[in-house]
Amino acid sequence: MKIRIRFAKLGRVRWTSHRDVARMWERALRRARLPLSYTEGFSPRPKLSFGLALPTGCESKAEYLDVALSESVESTELTADFSSLLPDGVDVLAAQVLPTGTGSLQEEVTSCRWEIDVPQMGPDALAEVIDRVLGAETLSVTRERKGRPVTDDMRPSVLALSSRPSGAAAELVAELGTRPRGVRPAELAQVMGIELGLACRTNQWIECDGSRGEPLTTPVPDAAAWERAS
Amino acid sequence: MTSLWPRIEPLLAHVTKPARYIGGELGACEPEHGAGRVAWLLLYPDTYEIGLPNQGLQILYEILNERSDAVAERSYAPWTDMEAAMRAAGVPLFSVESNRPAADFDILAFNLSAELTYTNLLNLVDLAGVAVRSAGRSDSDPLVIAGGHCAFNPEPMADFVDAFVLGDGEEAVGEITEVVARWQSPGGGEQVGGREELLTALAKVPGVYVPWCYEPAYRDGRLTGVSRRVDGVPEKVEKRTITDLGAWPYPKQQLVPLIEVVHDRLNVEVFRGCTRGCRFCQAGMITRPVRERPAAQVERMVRDGLDRTGYDEVTLTSLSSADFSGIESTVSSIINDPECSGQVSVSLPSLRVDAFTVGLAAEIQKVRRTGLTFAPEGGTWRMRQVINKLIREEDLYAAVDSAFSQGWRRVKLYFLIGLPTETDEDVLGIAALAKACVEIGRRYHPNVTVTASVGGFVPKPHTPFQWFGQNTMEELRRKVNLLKDAVRGVRGLTLRWHDPEATAVEGLVSRGDRRMGAVIESVWRKGGTFQEWSEHFDLGLWTEALEAVGLTLHDCVYRHRDEHEVLPWDHISAGLHRDFLWEDWQEALAEHGLEDCRWTPCYDCGACTGLGVEHVVASTVAPAGGSQGTGQDLDSGGMVPVRFLPTAAPAPALAGAGGAGQGEPVR
Repeated sequence: MKIRIRFAKLGRVRWTSHRDVARMWERALRRARLPLSYTEGFSPRPKLSFGLALPTGCESKAEYLDVALSESVESTELTADFSSLLPDGVDVLAAQVLPTGTGSLQEEVTSCRWEIDVPQMGPDALAEVIDRVLGAETLSVTRERKGRPVTDDMRPSVLALSSRPSGAAAELVAELGTRPRGVRPAELAQVMGIELGLACRTNQWIECDGSRGEPLTTPVPDAAAWERAS
Repeated sequence: MTSLWPRIEPLLAHVTKPARYIGGELGACEPEHGAGRVAWLLLYPDTYEIGLPNQGLQILYEILNERSDAVAERSYAPWTDMEAAMRAAGVPLFSVESNRPAADFDILAFNLSAELTYTNLLNLVDLAGVAVRSAGRSDSDPLVIAGGHCAFNPEPMADFVDAFVLGDGEEAVGEITEVVARWQSPGGGEQVGGREELLTALAKVPGVYVPWCYEPAYRDGRLTGVSRRVDGVPEKVEKRTITDLGAWPYPKQQLVPLIEVVHDRLNVEVFRGCTRGCRFCQAGMITRPVRERPAAQVERMVRDGLDRTGYDEVTLTSLSSADFSGIESTVSSIINDPECSGQVSVSLPSLRVDAFTVGLAAEIQKVRRTGLTFAPEGGTWRMRQVINKLIREEDLYAAVDSAFSQGWRRVKLYFLIGLPTETDEDVLGIAALAKACVEIGRRYHPNVTVTASVGGFVPKPHTPFQWFGQNTMEELRRKVNLLKDAVRGVRGLTLRWHDPEATAVEGLVSRGDRRMGAVIESVWRKGGTFQEWSEHFDLGLWTEALEAVGLTLHDCVYRHRDEHEVLPWDHISAGLHRDFLWEDWQEALAEHGLEDCRWTPCYDCGACTGLGVEHVVASTVAPAGGSQGTGQDLDSGGMVPVRFLPTAAPAPALAGAGGAGQGEPVR
């Protein structure tokens, strides 16, 4: 059986990498004594699969992880005290047994919603930048891949952008598609010509036949419970 | 005191591996600073990934934080990008727990495990905003102290370190805390004075060497002695030795970092000290005698540690873990523990070269079987007699055969080149052994790999080879080339070698006297940090600095010393008689091996008798399968000064003074 866990990554722990988070989970799951299912061979590892990697330095209230178990457990066993086995800032928000045949997170997630602090810019100025970016035909971003510069058009993945005030500065709310490839907040900031502050992934969405849902249907705790640790 | 975090965090977006600087480890203490608590900052002068796993610092971290009169935090060397960002932003060195500035601590305590990290110590003291030279520090500056194996020749760092702790630190850190606390609190009733009074008081703590209290003298460019310039301090400083490892079940809460580090697994120390007597090995010489941890305590520490950390791998650490009495039953109790559900692997560092050991490895590495490593060290039997690593070719081949036949595909062999009396035939013997191992492997599998890793030998203080003139870097390079030619085109055989230039500098610093301080400082001032990292190592900085002080590599490194030459560490004692070391050096030159004194009569090296301690082992019988270095079938010696550990499993009655009893529940 497989279970899916939604968790947050907030505060200092945001400086750890995707790989670090995978290792934290391996240790936490062993400490929780869940009946993990292991890969075969000389180097068995627990069967865990994560969704889209969260860039180092970003926070999230919507990380997901699928865990394969060798025996059945109750969903209620999953949330109880689990967060205490994880480092500060990594907290379990929801967990559910997956119906058989559920696709992997990598395959299914179609877009992510982000809240991004934009320091030293007012909401109106940010709104102007947003208009310009959404009006552009293409948004080229060049990155290095295997030692060679590769230029991609990000425009198809920029689904929606909006601006709202956040203290004295502005906050950018972005809906970014995952296909043909996911756009990272740093790349979005680069094409928008804005400084990137703290970025937080708030949702991952699965769009299917015109309707949209999250990878887990169970409600997550009150937002105030996982307000940013500073 | 305010945390520097608001000034640190903005730097993190611009540096590699930012999580090096965020702390947050499982097991980290929440420091409670305050009046009446001496604040220690424990530092490892290399990156977080290298420094965090250091068991010595983790042991002291817990011992200090358990005391009511002390508090300890940790820090590591920021990588060059972070250092540049910190200097540009005016952010000083800080602790990873509470992000306090390093200069706010009472003591900056360094672990010195490798000579090439010395310039990093200077850099960290400077980043703390403290004068790098002891002489430039005021009463309000932190004390800079250092321990670890490199402290056994403290002279090269004598200008920068206020006090060195020699040997085991478990007890000494408490005594140092008390001295500093008394000095700080005028209510203590003792004479309170300036920094010089503090240094003098520290110099009276057993095992503590305060360079300021001692003065070197030279004649004709040679050291003639290091003598006391302050009354009441010992003429010769003896190392500290804890007699009962069982009384110190630390770390009880090994730190589990958020990021991947070296040795990223549970580590449980099964014994300290080693009497195999390998003549090149400083660790084996300076940590005598052997003190085993009771097997029941080992098992408990493993079980509790795995439970607490979630690790699935445990290393039983020591200088030669297969020598632990009853190693078989200990590992089988770990791997057969139903709670581990067959997913825990055990690893033993420094495998002995024999089939028994491989059998043991096969038993315990049922999961995650990677490669096996053996260290024959010398390429010929003659060479191995010189270095007292008495592995016969048959032993090695049997071990390798056993490994390949049991499914391993990769074997790594460690060798040294540049050993005393070494000939080209000895060097080429390395290639011959490695090739033979590949052939053995091919009998079992077409694609086996054997890696021969070749290090340049650096003679170390307090070893029988301390008088030996190190091979020049040109000579080492020539020997590496001999080997490269000899293994060219051999499928399945990979040769790796250590940079002969770095070997020369390690030799320079290892046996240097106090004049080396100016060289180290000059290299640091010219930006020579992270010298143990090949991308940062710069021989030119060292040779220029050496020339500037009028010293040469020839005189400092390559020259043979004679019996009566004053050595820079003659006023430091690791318990070994100088006569014993000299005799063993002569035995080496005569190609005579020496047996392990755990299982044969004492040859009076001085460690047990001089320190008033004994070997603590559970068995006087050499381990099953024979014992490398001692022949294959020894009689157990009736005259061995050995204290027996009780063999009954439950709670050996060993609650020692000063430490938490082992029956105490782990927090």
